[in-house]
Amino acid sequence: MKMIDMTAAELGAAIQKKEVTVKEAVEAVLDQIKKSEDTYHCYVTIDEEGALRQAQEVQKRIDAGELKGPLAGVPVAIKDNLCTEGMLTTCSSKILYNFVPTFSAEAVLNLQKAGAVILGKTNMDEFAMGSTTETSAFGVTRNPWNPEHVPGGSSGGSAAAVAAGECFYALGSDTGGSIRQPASFCGVVGLKPTYGRVSRYGLIAYGSSLDQIGPLSRDVRDCAMILEAIVSHDPKDSTSVPCQDSDFTSALVEDVKGMRIGIPRDYFGEGIDPEVKAAVLKAADALKEKGALVEEFDLSLVEYAIPAYYTIAAAEASSNLERFDGIKYGYRTEEYEGLHSMYKKSRSEGFGPEVKRRIMLGSFVLSSGYYDAYYLKALRVKALIKKAFDQAFAKYDVILGPVAPTTAPRLGESLDDPIKMYLGDIYTISVNLAGLPGLSMPCGRDAKGLPIGLQLIGDCFQEKKLIQTAYTYEKIRGAFGRPEA
Amino acid sequence: MANIISDETIEYVGILAKLELSPEEKEQAKKDMGSMLDYIDKLGELDTGGVEPMSHVFPVKNVFREDIVTNGDMREEILKNAPEEKDGMFVVPRTFE
Amino acid sequence: MAKQYETVIGLEVHVELATRTKIFCGCSTAFGGEPNTHTCPVCTGMPGSLPVLNKQVLEYAVAVGLATGCTITRNCKFDRKNYFYPDNPQNYQISQLYLPICRDGKVEIETEAGRKFVGIHEIHMEEDAGKLIHDEWEDCSLVDYNRSGVPLIEIVSEPDMRNSQEVIAYLEKLRMTIQYLGASDCKLQEGSMRADVNLSVREVGAEEFGTRTEMKNLNSFKAIARAIEGERERQIDLLESGEKVVQETRRWDDNLGESYAMRSKEDAQDYRYFPDPDLVPVVLDDDFLAQIRAKQPEFREEKMLRYKQEFEIPDYDIDIITGSKHMADLFEATVVLGSQPKKVSNWLMGETLRLLKEKDMDPEDICFSPENLAKLIALTDGKVINNSVAKEVFELMFEKDMDPEKYVDEKGLKTVNDEGALRKTVEEVIAANPQSVADYRNGKEKAIGFLVGQTMKAMKGKADPGMVNQVLREFL
Repeated sequence: MKMIDMTAAELGAAIQKKEVTVKEAVEAVLDQIKKSEDTYHCYVTIDEEGALRQAQEVQKRIDAGELKGPLAGVPVAIKDNLCTEGMLTTCSSKILYNFVPTFSAEAVLNLQKAGAVILGKTNMDEFAMGSTTETSAFGVTRNPWNPEHVPGGSSGGSAAAVAAGECFYALGSDTGGSIRQPASFCGVVGLKPTYGRVSRYGLIAYGSSLDQIGPLSRDVRDCAMILEAIVSHDPKDSTSVPCQDSDFTSALVEDVKGMRIGIPRDYFGEGIDPEVKAAVLKAADALKEKGALVEEFDLSLVEYAIPAYYTIAAAEASSNLERFDGIKYGYRTEEYEGLHSMYKKSRSEGFGPEVKRRIMLGSFVLSSGYYDAYYLKALRVKALIKKAFDQAFAKYDVILGPVAPTTAPRLGESLDDPIKMYLGDIYTISVNLAGLPGLSMPCGRDAKGLPIGLQLIGDCFQEKKLIQTAYTYEKIRGAFGRPEA
Repeated sequence: MANIISDETIEYVGILAKLELSPEEKEQAKKDMGSMLDYIDKLGELDTGGVEPMSHVFPVKNVFREDIVTNGDMREEILKNAPEEKDGMFVVPRTFE
Repeated sequence: MAKQYETVIGLEVHVELATRTKIFCGCSTAFGGEPNTHTCPVCTGMPGSLPVLNKQVLEYAVAVGLATGCTITRNCKFDRKNYFYPDNPQNYQISQLYLPICRDGKVEIETEAGRKFVGIHEIHMEEDAGKLIHDEWEDCSLVDYNRSGVPLIEIVSEPDMRNSQEVIAYLEKLRMTIQYLGASDCKLQEGSMRADVNLSVREVGAEEFGTRTEMKNLNSFKAIARAIEGERERQIDLLESGEKVVQETRRWDDNLGESYAMRSKEDAQDYRYFPDPDLVPVVLDDDFLAQIRAKQPEFREEKMLRYKQEFEIPDYDIDIITGSKHMADLFEATVVLGSQPKKVSNWLMGETLRLLKEKDMDPEDICFSPENLAKLIALTDGKVINNSVAKEVFELMFEKDMDPEKYVDEKGLKTVNDEGALRKTVEEVIAANPQSVADYRNGKEKAIGFLVGQTMKAMKGKADPGMVNQVLREFL
């Protein structure tokens, strides 16, 4: 087996057993980056020198017996909206083209404590606004299964890098599906934890009440391992919740007997690709055969999640992105006359069209006379959606459905019609509105050979049920493999 | 399209958001915002009478810090990314007053 | 007949809280650091940073609310107020609009016209902005975020005041209450207390309020009084000439004695408030409120009553001493150390007030300790030093708190009680001043004063003037 085909757990174990050095692992992955990065463009920044330096330091600590964890020495890629001290962090936006943070995100620090070697920063939709990674100011990322197709987004660079062997695992962020959907399109495992599980400190905010950091990995075991490493109660993040039930690897148990699984009929209605539907239902059947209690139910309100989500996310984004003004960091326009001209020109030149679209919408829905009708209304609908999930979880341990209505679209097909693009998020965004954990994993490929994703949704803080179900399904399914390079 | 966005609205939102759109961008923004709002109007179909707006999903509350100084002088770091600095401060176009 | 107008005034008072750290981060609130040395990623709006509420801010805000008869909001939240300006690093200010911490209070004020209540609409918590410095050489401005994130409370009154006397009485009352709580030093000149005046006029007897304006940049009680008068006249002039008052924010220029509108086409004044998703609700239970209540100090009115009963000092003294929490604390602590209340009061009312005035200082800035004041009083009581030496020593103590006993010892300032030495000096003075001696003996009573002075001088001021007088008369 080639080194770059190993999972993070396999590599970590090999490093502990001294079968592989950290340097060899880093070199193998840098080698793969050299081979395929020109085609896929997963990264905004690749820190070859830094990675080799970290490899040396981590190896020393492993040899000294200080680092014994399963992730020690395993190279990781970080989405470019997570601050990394001393390393360019751009959010794939011109407005942060030169921004070098002076601190690292808490989740990144947690990985470093576990001995991770950071390879670089992955490409994304600008400020995580998009579902294809095509809104990046630094070029598109291509799907390693078929470079004519998008990798999904917004964590498209992270998902593609995991699939392409350009890293062993990656961190992403998920505001409306931004981990799960690209994981689905690229045939890897992605998990959005319960809101508050992972500190948002150092994550450059898009929709603060929805954003959550999570892992993208080769398999479910890696996913559980990484989650265990990044979860923490952080006093710097007021919305961070005290840890509970966070020994995720203990849930890697092949057993779904008695697991109550609900399939929302609403997730299989109009717009879903028949191949996606078939693959997902087949996965449900497989779990049923292993003893899970599977039944269909009506979740309701599904079609209201998208308008509620876009109102809330755009409103929060319009405020969160006000700080990018050309004064303290980032891009400042060359020519301006006075303060307001400097603001307007810096921002108009610095932000791309999708970001501007959402800032405009968000500013409008919060503006005088519209706040109640739009913003408060959306928060009320959010409450209803949360209630619908509460009712569902009174009956089920896990909700099972597709991640996205289709497999990865071709490059350039999505951006023209924003509503159509937003509709692609229909199965993922209600999970963010309700703060729930959601896991995406491959459950087949369509006729074009593109991966199909299965989504498992749990109640708050019930990640272990997701992991147990996913692990069991993964055993039934067998190895999914990586695209042929 | 039920929501017709006027030039004035785009102008006004541009002032709020500090965005200056080109004529083409303005036309596009009018169209996009109109169709987005039409879509959002769908929420009006739901009866939300008596439903409290939900900002936070969990009943988290009362997260505080103690009143203890934890930060030292970080000026160098704070100014590190400044497009323009002078005398330890950020330089901005003259503010009138 | 000319129309009669009534002025209607409401106040928005910002008070900087006396916490050690900022409202949402662990940066120091100390004054006077080099620019941007009291900053961090949170208070400079760095991407990825997040706010966490300083508990002391909440406690002070609740304490002020309870002291002003407010209802405390049991479930309160923070909102973002969005506007672009360089002193505001995030381009939104974290404040409270929808659920402020305190509501519906009132305070009683007293003016020459009598007593009345001024309603408090609400009190909310928020963060202060940074400072803009104008660079004349380069025609640009410079931003210092040391003040960015310093905690403020904004106290919004009802439009219950009708003239500047009431406004000043209200501000004095707030200042006193907040100082007594230790929640702020409330200095107008230094900006730790800032008042914006909302003012409208209406015909006497009218039911409806007129259109109001908001006046900013008022740095002293005098400026507030002048601005109120100026704005009242401006609005009446407008109405008399058939024009309308425009609702706007105006900036007062106290040197010119006039105000101008602060507006720009780039400011829409639409703040798009919404609940800050980065902060969680503050939910207060009975226990919390009981704890704050238990910590409330004795306020001025109660203190005045107690002083009347406990200490034999004039009402005037009581008024002045309790007019500053610091002075009242100093007074009481010195009395506890055994000094006679009247003597302590005399030092405060006499030399202390004189020096405060001379040095243009606030009573809150008095630095000498009760221990040292008590020692000084003991030194004079025991006739160890005479009054003029005591005043000299006090002045030094006022300047820089120091131990008067030690100082008197070191500098040899003790009164000479050696009668032999005094008699010898008096003999010498009499011998050296025959003319004055003759004058005295011829009935010029005044001449003895000169001889006392000469004796004191010869003894380097260290004699007891009473004793000098006595001995001189004996010899003559």
